[in-house]
This record gives sequence, structure tokens and C-alpha cells, in this order.
Amino acid sequence: MAKNKKTEGIEWNYSSSLEGTSHIQLQKKYDLFIGGKFVKPHSGKYFDTINPATGEVLAAIAQADETDVDKAVKAARKAYNEIWKNMSGKERGKYLFRIARLIQDRAREFAVIETLDAGKTIRESRDVDVPLVANHFFYYAGWADKLEYAFPNRKVESLGVAGQIIPWNFPLLMAAWKIAPALACGNTVVLKPAETTPLTALKLAELIRDAGLPDGVVNIVTGYGDTGEAIVRHEDVDKVAFTGSTPVGKRIHEIAMEMGKKCTLELGGKSANIILDDAPIDQAVEGIVNGIFFNQGHVCCAGSRLFVQENVADIVVRKLKDRMQSLIVGNPLDKNTDIGAINSEKQLKTIHQYIQLGVEEGAELYQPECRVPANGFYCRPTLFTNVAQSSRIAQEEIFGPVLTIQTFRTVDEVIQKANNSPYGLAAGVWSDKGSRLFNLTSKLNAGVVWGNTYNRFDPSSPFGGFKESGYGREGGLHGLSAYLK
Amino acid sequence: MSRLEIIKTYKIYIGGAFPRTESGRYYVPLNKKGEPLGNVCLCSKKDAKNAVVAARKAFGSWSERAAFNRSQILYRIAEMLEGRKAQFVEELVLQGSTQKAAQQEVEASIDRVVYYAGWCDKVSQVTGSVNPVTSSHFNFSVYQPMGVIGIIADQSTSLIGLISQVIPVIASGNTVVVLAAENLPLCAVTFAEVINSSDVPGGVVNILTGKPDEPASVLGTHMDVNAIVLGSDSKELNASLRKSSALNLKRVIEMQTDWSKADAQGLYQITDCMELKTTWHPVENIGGSTSSY
Repeated sequence: MAKNKKTEGIEWNYSSSLEGTSHIQLQKKYDLFIGGKFVKPHSGKYFDTINPATGEVLAAIAQADETDVDKAVKAARKAYNEIWKNMSGKERGKYLFRIARLIQDRAREFAVIETLDAGKTIRESRDVDVPLVANHFFYYAGWADKLEYAFPNRKVESLGVAGQIIPWNFPLLMAAWKIAPALACGNTVVLKPAETTPLTALKLAELIRDAGLPDGVVNIVTGYGDTGEAIVRHEDVDKVAFTGSTPVGKRIHEIAMEMGKKCTLELGGKSANIILDDAPIDQAVEGIVNGIFFNQGHVCCAGSRLFVQENVADIVVRKLKDRMQSLIVGNPLDKNTDIGAINSEKQLKTIHQYIQLGVEEGAELYQPECRVPANGFYCRPTLFTNVAQSSRIAQEEIFGPVLTIQTFRTVDEVIQKANNSPYGLAAGVWSDKGSRLFNLTSKLNAGVVWGNTYNRFDPSSPFGGFKESGYGREGGLHGLSAYLK
Repeated sequence: MSRLEIIKTYKIYIGGAFPRTESGRYYVPLNKKGEPLGNVCLCSKKDAKNAVVAARKAFGSWSERAAFNRSQILYRIAEMLEGRKAQFVEELVLQGSTQKAAQQEVEASIDRVVYYAGWCDKVSQVTGSVNPVTSSHFNFSVYQPMGVIGIIADQSTSLIGLISQVIPVIASGNTVVVLAAENLPLCAVTFAEVINSSDVPGGVVNILTGKPDEPASVLGTHMDVNAIVLGSDSKELNASLRKSSALNLKRVIEMQTDWSKADAQGLYQITDCMELKTTWHPVENIGGSTSSY
């Protein structure tokens, strides 16, 4: 087996099974995608994007400033006025179908690059992210000429130029969630990927160019928060769509309100995953693991607050610890890996601070004795028991593989506890009895509620939150309304 | 020496295979100029019965596929049609179209397939409902495919009518037995070849040629056919099919229009061949009333 030096703990007898990287095409340097062309940034500045699994530099990325953003918005406006606005839905749809097909053709390349740039496991980027991306484009392609069916008795019209800012946890998938419905509804876009994960969006720009999409319909500008702010503040951006943290979402909301822009926000969460005493325990344990450790816990809807009915708590916690013991933390490119790299050093620091805080608050920490690679950013799957409802680790979004466990006695109690959060993005309920399950799904204040499953996504299924988890929906028929008058 | 051309044999399409009619009979349709188009299978009642058996056999797996998967397969049909554009145009011209009209018909046909490809995974979103019953129940209604559908294709066009009548019916998960246009059968035979190379499982689309009346009488009376699509304008045939539909309360779907029109497509072409199912599920009503979050 592949020996990892400087490791500790139990050895797992798996041979390494690395996904090849020879078939991917990456340049050393990426410019901004504006008006159908890659153009140099006005400032001449570039920043590095790294592989969080190793720390090595993958490429230099252009840093867009206000001037570049203005150029991108102008290109988007021109494409909107001169071509896209007046194109029939049927023809718009055909472009989107083309993009979907090209993504399917190049799926493996995109999956590998996503894994390199984001640290997520190849199993996930190959089997979840990229297929969902292609399907999302395919799904919205079909809507482009059927909008009148989606909103009966309403004359639908596109908004204009949409400014879109996306996070680093699902870089390409979030780009698809933003671009596909916007284009299907007849808008043009300026999209900013996250600074730590810009590569797949830039590869998507190449693919969009290859698809023959008219110049300027999709523009991709890279940079940090100030680039995003320039998009949000731009006079000629009609609509802002943001996925990311709640604090940033609140700032964007403020600017959008001030400037009278249409806005949708998909923000943070602290979602409850509830295990009732009649739940199939082994399945539920798998669901808990998937709920919190999927994508290293970098999931806005992660089931980070576990509520277990008191009479089954002991067995659930025991089985959960056993299961955690078998999770493999390591090289994301290895097909055996369950938990890949934390997306950035900064995020790893945040997670460690929260783990420290949990211990200080008196909660009981559990981490399996698994090996962790010496280089790169990694975090063991982490469990806290003896957690108080008021504890900060049970209230605040950690965005890492950290789970808190609380117990409850009655259904009434768990509804109160689960809903007692400023967030309301998602929830999970595990029970063998449909009537109990639907009772909870109807009473939990969350935009998505999973019954006997967790972290399921589909292009046809609307996603989005209540309360401070943001507003608006992405996916499904309802996802169209974010991009229509 | 000039090369001797290979002439195509026109066969029918049943269960994913290309047999000749079991009857061994043929007919020779003529084009507008009176030129023979070729020897085309004159299908029998037995062919129709065989086709229904094939369609029923294919129904289970086709209808249970994810709607999204069917949408991809329909899109694949469009891709294959696009690749065969020249052949369809040639056949339409041979059957009497002008070059320009033929081109338009083929392009409109391809776009129509793409249109319905987009519908597969949206039909239930637009037509289904969650019903606010007064008792504590989760109650929802969703359309599902009917089963095996017999289609008498439009007799006045070779391709666009056939596509407009077949594609929406299979989009929802039905399987079909189609009787092609008697005098314009060439595109139907070639369309079978497209279906055959588009990941559409054998038996989902079965295409018969010949004089419609004879096989139609089987489709009309067959107890394993769930609905009959009246796609031709033959008054006599339609009247007899309406009459025989009473045997097993076959749904009778009228589908006659000018298929060349851009708006000769829509959601209701799909739901016409679907059944509505309503499901009830109890919901406990415990707790939460004191929750104010």
C-alpha cells in the first residue's frame, strides 16, 4: 500500500487508487472571460489558486477590479440588448442543451480539476457534482421555450443583466445553478467564482466559447470580495444572485435594497438531522455520516446538528463512532478517500477554532484515530456530545466536518429545538413511520426537508432557505422565478 | 463504368428488430409524378398483434425510467435525426415535396423532438398537485403513462405528422404501435432506423406500413391497447375506431391538425395519453403548536 510518511494511528489496508490527471488541460495562467474572449485584467494583477490537498500552485488567476467588472457588465448588456433578449426560447434552449452535452463529453476532466482545486474527493466530484452540473443545464434547457407554462396568467419577461457570486464548496455546480436558469429565462450574466476555486468556472468559460454561445452572454470575472462588491454595486446590474455566508449575504442584501435591485440569496445553515426512536438505525447512521461529512462538511445544508431520541441515543452514538472509525481521510484524488482536503488554510483555522471552543464550552470531543496526510489541509471527522442548545458550536455554522449531538424525549421538544435557530435551510428526519415523518416535515421551518435520506439534490427540486438562510429558490420550476419579471 | 446503386429494402419495425411483414405481402406507393417509391410492406392484422405484444413488453422498463433519462434519450433522437437530415430531405423530395419545403419539414421535426425532450421531467411539475384535504393527510395527484397506445399516423405528411404524434406519447413513458402514412411511408421506415440507433429500447416504438384499415382494426379491438390516437382524417376509419373503443374503454385521442405549424405542439399532447393518480398518506399531528420560532 501507499505509505504515507509522518502519519499516526490505524493503518487501513487499501492499495491507493489514484485517478489519473494526464488527460486534463490546465494553463499556467487564466485571464478574465469577457465578451467571449479571455482578456488581461486592467490592474495586471494575478493571484494563485492552489491545490489544498498538497499546497502546490495550480495556476495564476486574473484579479478583476472595478474597470474589469464594468467591461464585463457592458459586454453582458450589449449581448442582452442585441441578441439574447430577442432570441426565441427555442434557440436559447438549444444552446443550453449543447452546453449540457459538452459537459457530459468532458465530465471526467472537469471532475479531476474540481478535485484538484477544491479538495473534494474524486468520488464526489465525479459522481455527484459534475453529473448534477450537466443535468442542471439539460433541465433548464427544456424550460427556455416553456416559460408560459411555468407561470400561468403572467406575462414573463427576462430581467436583463444578472450579477452572480458563488462560493468555493461546489464551484462548478454553483456556477451551473446560477447560469442555467438565468440564460433559460433570457438574461445575460456576469459571474464571479470564489477566489480559492476559480478553475472549473474558467474551464466552463472555454466550453461555453466552444459551444458557440454569442459573445457576452456569459462573462466570468475572477477575484476577491471587492470584485464581488463591484458587481453588486454596478448601476447596470439588474439582479444579484449570491450563494455564500450569511454575514456577506446581509451586506449584499443591504446594497441591493438601497439600489433597488432584484436579489436572491442562498446562505448559511445549521440544519437539524433528527433521529426518531423507530428509525432504521444503521441507515440513519449512514445518513448522519453523509449529512455532515459529505464534502468535508463544506455544505450549506449540512446536517450539523444531530438530534437523537433519548431511548436510542446510546446505540446511535456507538454505531456512529464505529462508522467514523472506518472513514478514510486523505488524498482527494484517491478513489478510496471518504473525506478530502479542507478547502483552504483559512477555513481549516476556523474549524480548529470551533473545535477548541467546543472543548472549552464543556462538550465532549470524539475524533477517530485515522491517519491524516502530512501536507495540505485536513481535518478529522469530529463529534461533540454533551452539547447544550445554547452552545456556540450548536448555534453557529462551522462549515466543516464537525457534528454536535443533542438528545430529545418528545416530538414537540425536538420541533422546538430544531426550529430554534436563526437559520432555516434544511432538515432531515429519520423514522420508519411515514405519518411521523410527514408530521415533522410539515412543522420544521426549513426550505428543504429530507425524510430518511440526506443531501439529495436534483435539478428538478427547488433548493433554498427560510429566515437567515436566505431567500429565493434554485432548481425546479420555482428556480425560474428568480430570473423573470 | 458507372457504379450500380444499392436500392434500400423497406422493412417494418417491431420490438427493436426490422422484420418484413409476416404476411409476405407488399404494395408499391407512387409519388405525385406517378413514379413507384419501392416495395413497401403491406402489414397484416398479425403484424399489429405482434407489435402490441412487443410494446407491452417494453412498457414496464420504459415507464419506470427516470423522466430525466427519457428526456436524454429523446434528445438523442434529435441528434440522430440531425445527422440524417439529408436522407430525410431526399426522401421527402422523392415523395413530392419541394427541396425548400422538405428542408423546413425536417428542421421543424428535429426541433419538435427537442421540444418534447425538454418536457419529460417537467410534466408532473406543471400538471401535478398537492391537494389541501381537510383531514390530516398528505394528498397529491400526479399523471402517469397509460400503457400501450395505438397511433394511426397523419396520412398527409411523411415525417412531421409522425413525429408530432409519436414523440409526445412516448415522452411520458407510454409505448406505441404506429401505422405510418400509406402513401408517404419512406420517412417512417427511416425514422425507425433513427429510433433504433438512439438508445430507445426495442418495443417502445413499433412502426408498421401498409393500408391502415387492416392493422387498425386490431389496434381498435385489442384488449391490451390502452388508447388509440386518431391521427388520420379518414372519417370512416375514425368512426369504426371510436366504436370499437367501447370494448375496453380505450381512450380515444383526437390528434389532427396542421403539423407544420409552429404551435402544433404542447403539454396537452403529452397528458392526453396519461392517467391521473391521487395518493393519500396519513400525517400525524403531534407537537409543534407551542413552537414560536
